[in-house]
Amino acid sequence: MTDSKYFTTTKKGEIFELKSELNNDKKEKKREAVKKVIASMTVGKDVSALFPDVVNCMQTDNLELKKLVYLYLMNYAKSQPDMAIMAVNTFVKDCEDPNPLIRALAVRTMGCIRVDKITEYLCEPLRKCLKDEDPYVRKTAAVCVAKLYDINAQLVEDQGFLDQLKDLLSDSNPMVVANAVAALSEINEASTSGSPLVEMNSQTINKLLTALNECTEWGQIFILDSLANYSPKDDREAQSICERITPRLAHANAAVVLSAVKVLMKLMEMLPADSDFVTTLTKKLAPPLVTLLSSEPEVQYVALRNINLIVQKRPDILKHEMKVFFVKYNDPIYVKLEKLDIMIRLASQANIAQVLSELKEYATEVDVDFVRKAVRAIGRCAIKVEQSAERCVSTLLDLIQTKVNYVVQEAIVVIKDIFRKYPNKYESIISTLCENLDTLDEPEARASMIWIIGEYAERIDNADELLESFLEGFHDENTQVQLQLLTAIVKLFLKRPTDTQELVQQVLSLATQDSDNPDLRDRGFIYWRLLSTDPAAAKEVVLAEKPLISEETDLLEPTLLDELICHISSLASVYHKPPNAFVEGRGAGVRKMLPARAGSQETVLETATGVSDQPAVIPAQDSLIGDLLSMDISAPTVPVPAATSVFSPPPVDLLGGGLDSLLGGDVAASGAGGAAPVSQSTTGLLGDIFGFSATPTSYSPPKSNWLPAEKGKGLDVWGTFSRRSGQIQMDFTFTNKAMQAMAGFAIQLNKNSFGLTPNSALQVMTPLLPSMSHECSLPLATTGAIQRMEPLNNLQVAIKNNIDVFYFACQVPMNVFFTEDGQMDKRVFLATWKDIPAQNEVQYTLANIQCSADAVVQKMQQNNVFTIAKRNVEGQDMLYQSLKLTNGIWVLNELKIQPGNPNITLSLKSRALDVAPGVFQSYDAILHV
Amino acid sequence: MPPVIATPHHYLISIHRCCMFFVAVCMTEVPPLFVIEFLHRVVDTFEDYFSECTESIIKEHYVVVYELLDEMLDNGFPLATESNILKELIKPPNILRTIANTVTGKSNVSATLPSGQLSNVPWRRTGVKYTNNEAYFDVVEEVDAIIDKAGSTVFAEIQGYIDCCIKLSGMPDLTLSFMNPRLFDDVSFHPCVRFKRWESERFLSFIPPDGNFRLMSYHIGSQNIVAIPIYVRHNISFREAGGGRLDITVGPKQTIGRTVESVIIEIPMPKAVLNCSLISNQGKYSFDPVSKVLIWDVGRIDTAKLPSLRGTINLQSGAPAVESNPAINVQFIISQLAVSGLKVNRLDMYGEKYKPFKGVKYITKAGRFQIRM
Repeated sequence: MTDSKYFTTTKKGEIFELKSELNNDKKEKKREAVKKVIASMTVGKDVSALFPDVVNCMQTDNLELKKLVYLYLMNYAKSQPDMAIMAVNTFVKDCEDPNPLIRALAVRTMGCIRVDKITEYLCEPLRKCLKDEDPYVRKTAAVCVAKLYDINAQLVEDQGFLDQLKDLLSDSNPMVVANAVAALSEINEASTSGSPLVEMNSQTINKLLTALNECTEWGQIFILDSLANYSPKDDREAQSICERITPRLAHANAAVVLSAVKVLMKLMEMLPADSDFVTTLTKKLAPPLVTLLSSEPEVQYVALRNINLIVQKRPDILKHEMKVFFVKYNDPIYVKLEKLDIMIRLASQANIAQVLSELKEYATEVDVDFVRKAVRAIGRCAIKVEQSAERCVSTLLDLIQTKVNYVVQEAIVVIKDIFRKYPNKYESIISTLCENLDTLDEPEARASMIWIIGEYAERIDNADELLESFLEGFHDENTQVQLQLLTAIVKLFLKRPTDTQELVQQVLSLATQDSDNPDLRDRGFIYWRLLSTDPAAAKEVVLAEKPLISEETDLLEPTLLDELICHISSLASVYHKPPNAFVEGRGAGVRKMLPARAGSQETVLETATGVSDQPAVIPAQDSLIGDLLSMDISAPTVPVPAATSVFSPPPVDLLGGGLDSLLGGDVAASGAGGAAPVSQSTTGLLGDIFGFSATPTSYSPPKSNWLPAEKGKGLDVWGTFSRRSGQIQMDFTFTNKAMQAMAGFAIQLNKNSFGLTPNSALQVMTPLLPSMSHECSLPLATTGAIQRMEPLNNLQVAIKNNIDVFYFACQVPMNVFFTEDGQMDKRVFLATWKDIPAQNEVQYTLANIQCSADAVVQKMQQNNVFTIAKRNVEGQDMLYQSLKLTNGIWVLNELKIQPGNPNITLSLKSRALDVAPGVFQSYDAILHV
Repeated sequence: MPPVIATPHHYLISIHRCCMFFVAVCMTEVPPLFVIEFLHRVVDTFEDYFSECTESIIKEHYVVVYELLDEMLDNGFPLATESNILKELIKPPNILRTIANTVTGKSNVSATLPSGQLSNVPWRRTGVKYTNNEAYFDVVEEVDAIIDKAGSTVFAEIQGYIDCCIKLSGMPDLTLSFMNPRLFDDVSFHPCVRFKRWESERFLSFIPPDGNFRLMSYHIGSQNIVAIPIYVRHNISFREAGGGRLDITVGPKQTIGRTVESVIIEIPMPKAVLNCSLISNQGKYSFDPVSKVLIWDVGRIDTAKLPSLRGTINLQSGAPAVESNPAINVQFIISQLAVSGLKVNRLDMYGEKYKPFKGVKYITKAGRFQIRM
């Protein structure tokens, strides 16, 4: 009696049998046969051979039979395009049928047959159906336009169907409007031009809003989604749209609710944030979102992914609803994990106690993934809510006591983050952690534990033993662990150099000689070189204060968040990626942006939650070293003999011992000749990277008396020039040696060689009382009028006060004109050097300089003279340096330094040789400091 | 498996119902909830048509299934999803009609366009006629709760809904009012409810669909205090010699004198549990050694003698200590009580002249009611 019997006919000669049955005169037999054909089609058998016979059954007044035949046609027409033509006549005839159901069915089916020849015949019937008197036919035809567009977009545009579709937006029947909207938005999506086909204006929006109240739930979704693409012209319109949409939040269909949420979230951006309307709306949004969480798990999942976005954008909406995100033990795992995520986002001082006790509960559940995430969440709470840190730590300690392996490991990973966030607060628990050392088998947990030991080596008595125990299986460890171990042992050595020398040598040799991993090897070399050249620097680098980790590391970037808010309820909101990142064949695609708040110029909206881009990576040096490695360090150089190994504890024979020989051996082994030119001296490079030059003390000559009191009618002016963070400054000391107060100071500079001109007014404390003096600085720009002076760096100054105007001249030290971008590329330097003719070279001797080559490099660097290369020729150090003046003149220098000889030869090349004396004076002055 | 999966070219959106996965394959950006809601509607329709929905039933009725899907969806756009309209288009199969169709050669597919399809009340067919005009309302409240070890409530809320069975002739226009409509935190309505009147006057005004439907569902949230109608005293330990011990007693709490019925206690035991030997003074218990679920069908709670279940748990010898505490899942039913205190005030009918028979029933049930051990 049931249809399942059709599935069971698997005899041979079945097709033949069906053929004869299809041609049977009896209607009943025919229908049975068609059913059998459909059944075979369903299970994947090829019944396309029956095409002509099935099509013959099409002309029938039995609707069920007709539907079945249409079903067959949709499936096979594509593989039999020539035969499909046979069906066209019937379709065209059916489109004229008095029964609207049949007219609609015909136009609907024709649209599903993706055969070009059929498409040609579709146009006329479709045009008629779009104007059909019956709304059922019109609404079916509207969808058909979208289908046709997918097959042949050009045809749809040429035939004017788009305009007809737009006309349907004003149809009297809401269902027709909804389908027209749906079809138009589908065409929009598919359209390659990327520009919307229909411009929404307030009039169409009004029609849509009216239709919204009356059409089906599915139509409401289509309408809401197109409303989301509309940008109202002002906040009043936005508010009125919001008011008309709000009732949708009470719809039984979750998709309608979420689409409404999307429109509201988007339009709220346009409204003043503190208005009553927004406050009420915020309150109204919470209950529907909460209700979504009591639906089926699938709905919950999608809702949770969207809530995750909403909570990031507007944390206020759900801040009181923490409890609904509590996990039930029989929630599907995908729901559990999402809930946990949102719990942490909502955690605040007010609810932290509840959250923690829940998390503790979850940590005893069965599901390992979930338990891990719960433990991690406790750590995140500690970092996010400072007041809770202590409770979190004690909760984590409780969990460690359970001795459940993966719980312990996870706890150690998060405790390390807590140490990073609150240094020197919870170290008392280290001993407990150390008890669990042996059970750790996951790389991340091992690495974290090692980091903790290294970081607090001075407080762990047996730190060396602990680390040594890890070292035994060094080569079997994960890279992450190896790197941590290397760093930790170096830290240990720097903290307790006496008894750990052997250990550090061991790890350095393991890392540099026996490892294939370039990261590990390079980090090893860097530590090695640091330790051997300048242990003090090593200490500063390795034991540097680490930046605090930020609390919310997994927040979405604000611009992405804003884009995703526009995509609430869509796939993008589930993946948390913009649609163009995953939807195939999406055209250039207009990126959706949140509208700007009315009356404000900003396009980027402030987010309530602060976002920090600080990485949460554990050791800061990771990234630092990374940067370092990507730089151009060619080969390991011969270690620069560190004459003074500064260590406060009893002098350690660091270099004389094995380390030195190891190094020597290494150089020989790697065969890297130390003679190769190095881009920059090691210390200079390191100094540069590690921020030794963070407080650059560029040279500034001592103040000289520019205007003696006797010439200034009692005004005494001392001054000098300096360059501070890229800005030339004129530093003054004004002293009033007259008997009356002075006021009304002003300054003027005469035209000069470098175009120096005051960047602001002279700020002298007035009145300057008798026998008072005042120091001030005047920032200078180089944008003034230019006139060549003799000497080049001469500057004529006029200072005015309430007594008189005074004139004087002073010399600007050339080095204030050296710009920060004066580092020339090595090859350019070489080419330029060759290019500049020999007559443009001058030589000076810098007498009596008590500096090593490295010190020269460093001193000059602080004054924006950059060392391009360093070479050792026959025992002499040759330095090649470049500098650039504010007026764009480049100067190339070669310094010849002979060890033991206090005189340095400076050869200077420039296309404008006039600057040479000034540059020389600067060199001379800087190096004599 | 999450309900939304991306593959290189398609997006698979699935729901799991009736032990089957229903999968929709999408190629473009769609709202996943739209698809999920639609899939649920499809399954609802199947259940409605075939009274249950299993793999074999779907195979048995594949022609109707095709016809239904064909009516429900066109090129990814939902067409007709209201059961009233679908039933006018495609008659639900029943034995009588199948026999009649075989004899007369008629089919179960209607040849005329359903009248309600495009009217302003698409959910109601026209020309409905009954000899007995009846309207029944079931107010069902499900208590979702998490109770912690100590018996205090971690979280509790009420999911309520009003299901109707309305068999009224013509085009009746109904209003339903409540004694205490301010109780609701959130409501969602069947499309037939006029939202404006709810907002302004706080009663439900609607032209009902014909037959069974859900008029509204509501949510009374964790902000309010929700009465917990049942308590479970439990004591479980795994560490004693010769296995663990279990001791459970169930009793009523805040039920306003109503009886708690159909109580079922379900405990998923840890893996190490081999078997349980327990004694109950009421109802039957069963332990499935494969899924490790202990189910105790308690039945009615008699306040004079509280049901209890106690005994020993056999643990696998040498198994590691039990790592996780089980949770208790509780089911119960209390008739004649809406635990939120919601009361229907009155039902009025306009637009028709006859006097309908009206009835309201209240039920409280356990939703996802969990007790942590």
